[in-house]
Amino acid sequence: MLQTQTSSLSYAHQTVEETPSKVSARGVNVFYGAKQALFDVDLDVPVNHVTALIGPSGCGKSTFLRCINRMNDVVEICRVEGDIRLDEGDIYDLDVVELRARVGMVFQKPNPFPKTIFDNVAYGPRIHGLASNRDEVEEIVFTSLEKAGLLKEVRDRLSEPGTSLSGGQQQRLCIARAIAVNPEVILMDEPCSALDPIATARIEELIDELRQIYTIVIVTHSMQQAARVSQRTAFLHLGELVEVGNTEDIFTNPRDERTQGYITGRFG
Amino acid sequence: MTDSTPTIPSRSDTTQTVRNGLRRRYAAERRFKIYGVAAIGVALLMLAIMFGTIIGNGWSAFRQTYVQMDVLVDAAEIDPDGNRDPKVLSRGDYEGLIKAALREMFPDVKKRKEKRELYDLVSSGAAFDLRDEVMADPSLVGQTVSVTVHASDDVDMYMKGYISAEVAEDERRVSDKQIARIESLREQGRISTGFNLRFFTGGDSREPELAGIAGAALGSLWTMLAVLVMAFPMGVMAAIYLEEFAPKNRWTDIIEVNINNLAAVPSIVFGLLGLAVFLNFFGMPRSAPLVGGLVLALMTLPTIIIAGRAALTAVPPSIREGALGLGASRMQMVAGNVLPLAMPGMLTGAIIGMARALGETAPLLMIGMVAFIVDLPKGPLDAATVLPVQIFLWADSPERAFVERTSAATIVLLVFLILMNLGAVLLRKKFERRW
Ligand SMILES: Nc1ncnc2c1ncn2[C@@H]1O[C@H](COP(=O)(O)OP(=O)(O)OP(=O)(O)O)[C@@H](O)[C@H]1O
Ligand SMILES: [Mg+2]
Repeated sequence: MLQTQTSSLSYAHQTVEETPSKVSARGVNVFYGAKQALFDVDLDVPVNHVTALIGPSGCGKSTFLRCINRMNDVVEICRVEGDIRLDEGDIYDLDVVELRARVGMVFQKPNPFPKTIFDNVAYGPRIHGLASNRDEVEEIVFTSLEKAGLLKEVRDRLSEPGTSLSGGQQQRLCIARAIAVNPEVILMDEPCSALDPIATARIEELIDELRQIYTIVIVTHSMQQAARVSQRTAFLHLGELVEVGNTEDIFTNPRDERTQGYITGRFG
Repeated sequence: MTDSTPTIPSRSDTTQTVRNGLRRRYAAERRFKIYGVAAIGVALLMLAIMFGTIIGNGWSAFRQTYVQMDVLVDAAEIDPDGNRDPKVLSRGDYEGLIKAALREMFPDVKKRKEKRELYDLVSSGAAFDLRDEVMADPSLVGQTVSVTVHASDDVDMYMKGYISAEVAEDERRVSDKQIARIESLREQGRISTGFNLRFFTGGDSREPELAGIAGAALGSLWTMLAVLVMAFPMGVMAAIYLEEFAPKNRWTDIIEVNINNLAAVPSIVFGLLGLAVFLNFFGMPRSAPLVGGLVLALMTLPTIIIAGRAALTAVPPSIREGALGLGASRMQMVAGNVLPLAMPGMLTGAIIGMARALGETAPLLMIGMVAFIVDLPKGPLDAATVLPVQIFLWADSPERAFVERTSAATIVLLVFLILMNLGAVLLRKKFERRW
């Protein structure tokens, strides 16, 4: 139901230039205690597209990602400055619970809850009260698992613990869990870092399907992955946003020499 | 990276070095294993010795010597008016009846001293047993009833072989004449040993043969219930608040330091606190398990809080982030994701605290739970004592028969502990599903 509704408004087939931004960050500075991790980052995330964040380890990709759904609020020593908007609304004007319901997150390491597969996916809808009875919960769980491409594998073992799945399945379970809340944006922090090429390929396929409905920001260490799945790429270096543009342009024709060095593997 | 290459030793050197060290490394490992096994062995040996002595000393207290006698329930003595009025019946001289029956059995006894020795063969509780029997069935008045009464503790000790006839007469508690009478009773088949029910159903008594552990066991039970009801929810909530909700600032630091210090405060200090606050200020009843429970709950609280916080910190942050990332509120995250994982650890902490509280004596002395209490406590407000205090009281008594009761009470205390731990293990199993 929601799928048809959103896909009719989907910008997925439009070019990045003519797509409005879902999330826009302006002048974002992040500090961990006295140490500054992000410097004046400006970034727009186009709706129904995949935006990839690349950059060497420790450059602040995760930090930026976690700013968007205010996960950094949880970190005691972390301070975020700047203006981040979701659909033109300041995310700090939103209630944090509402924000995280609208901006879902998939973590670098699969982190299924110590509950059954079913309960893992049902967790979000339950805490937000999205379903009023068991049937509705089931419906959400099944469609979410289906969208995450996991349903076929787990249909008969929904009452087994989520942790009994393989790493790749767990990651897709976490994606299904995020989708079940029906967010507008999905943040993915290196979702394939622990996966084999086959599982990676499946998740990449999945990301491409998901962007019809959602807006996706993905952190990745793999240039190929960024090139394959994203339409827009941002390169961060030492906490600064060095360059952002259409993925093709970034990979074929980087303007900054640091970007060039990084994508050609000369440093990182 | 590249500039460190020259310092890497050649392959064959490395292999040789590793090989040379192998024997030493395995020897160290074997030594460590031996130490470990030895340590466990010593611990088990000590445990076996402890259990061996306690059970060896205590198990005979579970049996008791009884004397069967035929008592004429003389109507003239206990019911002179003949109307079976319970009030009159209850005031009758049953002791006199018992004594008369004893004299009947041994008509040769004449002298006062001999009579006293004769009367000492049966417990002073015999008169009460007889009275209860007559009160329950007044038609017995006027008849000769066969009753089985408790033998006195000295007879019991003699029968159990703790008093030897070979020792000089003035060095034992049973005289030669008494021994002769016991033997003659034994020949008549009037002496029997049986299960000591009274030990498990009775309260404390000055007479060892009448003393039971039930009063103290019930006291311990009420006290532990009070501790559980107060300390566990409070400790868990305090741990959750401090770990999950409280801001990390100077105040919470001070609170944390104080909780850690409280855990190390000698228990008697909590007893003094209970005396000053609960008894003197709030005027709560002395010797009440509720007050004992309050005092022990205060003592246990820091342990539960510390263990609870440790259990909470042990929950992987990825679980918290997963829940928060889906938009769970803090409370939903704690209740739905963190607490189920932390529960086994919290239960362990609670059980450690409770086990310590169960064995605690000193603070309870301060609030009067050391009193000599015969009646069984029917609720947390009745005067009571607890198992360790009872053990202490009996260990302090001079009678030989209390020695075995002391050990028997220790067995009961240990059984209590084991049951509590078993409960905890089962609870943990329930929560600790492997994921
Ligand atoms: N909780 C924290 N406390 C202190 N410093 C932190 C914390 N998290 C991140 N940092 C610092 O912020 C900087 C950026 O970290 P971040 O995790 O965003 O890097 P990243 O680009 O995601 O790296 P990687 O690719 O290795 O995941 C690093 O220098 C890191 O040390
Ligand atoms: Mg990262």
